[in-house]
Amino acid sequence: MSRLQVVSGKGGTGKTTVAAALALALATEGKRTLLVEVEGRQGIAQLFETEALPYEERKIAVAPGGGEVYALAIDAELALLDYLQMFYKLGGAGRALKKLGAVDFATTIAPGLRDVLLTGKACEAVRRKDRSGRFAYDCVIMDAPPTGRVTRFLNVNDEVAGLAKIGPIHNQAQAVMRVLKSPETQVHLVTLLEEMPVQETTDGIAELRAAGLPVGRVIVNMVRPALLDEAALDLGLGGAPRTAIAASLSAAGLGGSRGAAARLVDPLLDQAAEYAERHALEASQRSLLADLDLPLHELPLLSEGVDLAGLYELAAELRQQGVS
Amino acid sequence: MSLDPARDPLDVDALLDDRSTRIVVCCGSGGVGKTTTAAALGLRAAERGRSVVVLTIDPARRLAQSMGIDSLDNVPRRVEGIKGEGELCAMMLDMKRTFDEIVEAHADRERAKAILTNPFYQSLSAGFAGTQEYMAMEKLGQLRARDEWDLIVVDTPPSRSALDFLDAPKRLGSFLDGKLIRLLMAPAKVGGRAGMKFLNVGMSMMTGALGKLLGGQLLRDVQTFVAAMDTMFGGFRKRADATYRLLQAPGTAFLVVASPERDALREAAYFVERLAADAMPLAGLVLNRVHGSGAAELSAERALAAAENLEERRIVDQEGGKIGVRSSFEAPSSGAPATQAPDSPGTPGGSPSTGTPSEGTEPAPVPEPDTSIAPPAEPPADSSVERLTAGLLRLHAERMRLIARERHTRDRFTALHPEVAVAEVAALPGDVHDLAGLRAIGDQLAAATGDPAR
Repeated sequence: MSRLQVVSGKGGTGKTTVAAALALALATEGKRTLLVEVEGRQGIAQLFETEALPYEERKIAVAPGGGEVYALAIDAELALLDYLQMFYKLGGAGRALKKLGAVDFATTIAPGLRDVLLTGKACEAVRRKDRSGRFAYDCVIMDAPPTGRVTRFLNVNDEVAGLAKIGPIHNQAQAVMRVLKSPETQVHLVTLLEEMPVQETTDGIAELRAAGLPVGRVIVNMVRPALLDEAALDLGLGGAPRTAIAASLSAAGLGGSRGAAARLVDPLLDQAAEYAERHALEASQRSLLADLDLPLHELPLLSEGVDLAGLYELAAELRQQGVS
Repeated sequence: MSLDPARDPLDVDALLDDRSTRIVVCCGSGGVGKTTTAAALGLRAAERGRSVVVLTIDPARRLAQSMGIDSLDNVPRRVEGIKGEGELCAMMLDMKRTFDEIVEAHADRERAKAILTNPFYQSLSAGFAGTQEYMAMEKLGQLRARDEWDLIVVDTPPSRSALDFLDAPKRLGSFLDGKLIRLLMAPAKVGGRAGMKFLNVGMSMMTGALGKLLGGQLLRDVQTFVAAMDTMFGGFRKRADATYRLLQAPGTAFLVVASPERDALREAAYFVERLAADAMPLAGLVLNRVHGSGAAELSAERALAAAENLEERRIVDQEGGKIGVRSSFEAPSSGAPATQAPDSPGTPGGSPSTGTPSEGTEPAPVPEPDTSIAPPAEPPADSSVERLTAGLLRLHAERMRLIARERHTRDRFTALHPEVAVAEVAALPGDVHDLAGLRAIGDQLAAATGDPAR
C-alpha cells in the first residue's frame, strides 16, 4: 500500500468525500492515517461534522478496529513560516519577511510557491518518524485540487527545481519529487458515470502519466442503484403495453378508477425512458473507464446525502472492494 | 415541473434584452454546469439580436464542439448557425498567450524579449493556480475595451474559491505597494543612493537571506523579472483596478450557478454574500439539474406501497400458479389470482375488482360505473407487466424523494436569501452536444418567468 494517496477528480464528483472515506478505510486495525486538505475549503470539517480545522494535526475520527484518522488543513502562510523554522531556523526572518509582504507574495501572488508549500508539507508528514523510528502516520491521504490542475500542482516541485538550480529550495523540491514519483505515492481519480467527468479522468490520467506521476485507482462515485432490470426496460420501451400497465396500477390500488391510473402511465413511462437513456449512457461511460485498465471501484449514491454514517458506509464499501 | 416555482423567478430574457447589460459573469463551484450555462446564455442573447462573445475558462472540448468549433483558443471565433440578426463568438482563455500579449503590448522590444525569455516569467505565465484569475480579469477588461461586442458572457475560473478572481487586483495591488518589490529591485535601484543607506543594509541582509533560501540564480531571475516588469506593473494594476470597478458598475450582472445539492448551494450562498459585500450587482441564481416529474401527484410513499403490493401479488401468483405456464396473456390462470387476491394486512390497496379507491389516497374519485373498469374487460396483467409496473413505481418513488430533497435544499437557500431571483433548469439525462441542446437550456432558463406551469 502506498503511503501517500492523492485523491483528485473533476469538481462536483465528491473527491473530498472519497478522500475521507478512503482515510477511514485505510485506518483500520490500529493504523493511523492523516487526511490532508490543501484548498482551504474546510470540506473535511463539514464532512466529519466538526468545527473548522486549524493548521494542526488533530484526531477527527476512530475507524473500525481501533484505527485513527487525523486531519490537517494546510495553510500556505503558516506552512511557509513552519518551513522556514524547520529547515533554516529562520523564525525571526519569517516575521521580517511577513512584514515585507514576502509571505503574501509567496503564498498568493507567486502561486507556484504556494503549491510548493502545500505539497512539501504533505510530503513532510509522509516522511515524518517518531522517536522510535516508526512512521508517524501509516498513510497520508490528500484531498487534492481538481483533475484539471492536479498534475501541475503535484509537479510544481519539478518546475521549482528547474528554476532554482542550486540551494536549499532546489534540494527540498527534489526531495518532494522523489516522494511523489515513487511507488510510495498513488494518485486516484474520482469520477461520475457522466461524459465530462469521464473525459476529464481520461485526460487527467494521460497528463499524470506524461509527468511520471503514479496513477492509482479510478473511483466512480455516486453510482445510482439499478431500479429497472433489462427485461422490464425492454418491455417498457418497446411499444409499452399501456393498457396492461394501467390495469396493473389500478390493481395495485392506485387511482381507484382506470382513468386516474391511465393518466399515470405516460409520465411513468417518460421517467423510464429517461432512466433508460441515462442507463445506456452510464454503461458506455463504464466501458470507457474499463478500457483505462486501472483498478476500478464504484461507490453507491447515498440518497440522503453524505453524513457521518454515510461516510462509514462508504469506507466499509471501499474496504470490501479491497482498497485497504 | 413539480418543484414549486421559486418565489421570485429570474427574468433571463429581460436581462439579456436590456441593451445596457454589457457583461454577465457566471460564477459557482465546480461541476455545476457553469460553462454550459454561460454558453446557453450567450446563444440565447445572440438569437435575440445581440452581438455576444462568450469567454470561457474551462477547456471543456465538448462544449467547444457543441458550438461547432473544434477547439477554442485565445481569439474569439464566430459560431455558425445562429438564428436571427445577432452574432455569437466564443473563446477560451489562454493564460500564457494573454500574459505574453500584455508584455508585448506594453514593453519595448528589448525589454519584452528580456521578460519573455526569463525563466521565472516562463513558469509564472504558464499558469499556476492564481495566474488564471489575473488573466481572466485582464482578458475581460480587454474585450470590454475593444467594444466590438455589446454583450460579454464570462465563465469564471474553476479556482480554489471561485471568487478568487475578485481578489486578484487587490492582491496584485498590495504586492506592488509592498516593500518586497522594492527589496527585490534593491540591487538595481537603491544601490547608489546615500540617503537609502540604512534601508540598504537591511535590504542586503534580506536579499542575503532570500538568496540563501532561493539559491542565488533564482533570486537573480526574479530580480531581473521584477526589474523588467517594473514599468508594466503599474499598468497591470491600473487595468486590474479598472476591471474590478467595471464589475461593480451598472451594466454588469452576476449570475450564481448551482445545482440543488447541499455543497453547491452552500457555496452559492457564500458567493451571494461575498458579491453583496463587494457591491457587485447580483442578477440571480441559476439552479441547474433540477428534477421534476409528470406524475407528481403520486407520492413516493403511495408508489412504493403499490409496488410492494404488486410484488406480493406476484409471489402469491407464482405459488398458486405452479402448474400454469407463465406465458404472456395466458389470461385465466395468471389473471385470476390477481383479481381474487385478498387484501393482505398492512397493504393500503383495496381489491381492484370492486373499483373502490384505496385507503390512504386523497379524496379519491367516487367509483364510476364505467364499463371499462370492469375486470373482465381488462387485458390480463401478466407477471412481466406487473414487474415492469412495480419497477416504474419504484423509479417514481426514487424520483419523488429526490425532488423532495432538492426542494428542501433549495428552500434552505431561498429562506436565507429571499432577495435572490431564481431560474431553474431541468436535469438532462445526458450532456449537451450541439446548439440545439444549448438552445433548449436557454429556453428553460427563460421559462422561469414565461410559463410557471412547466
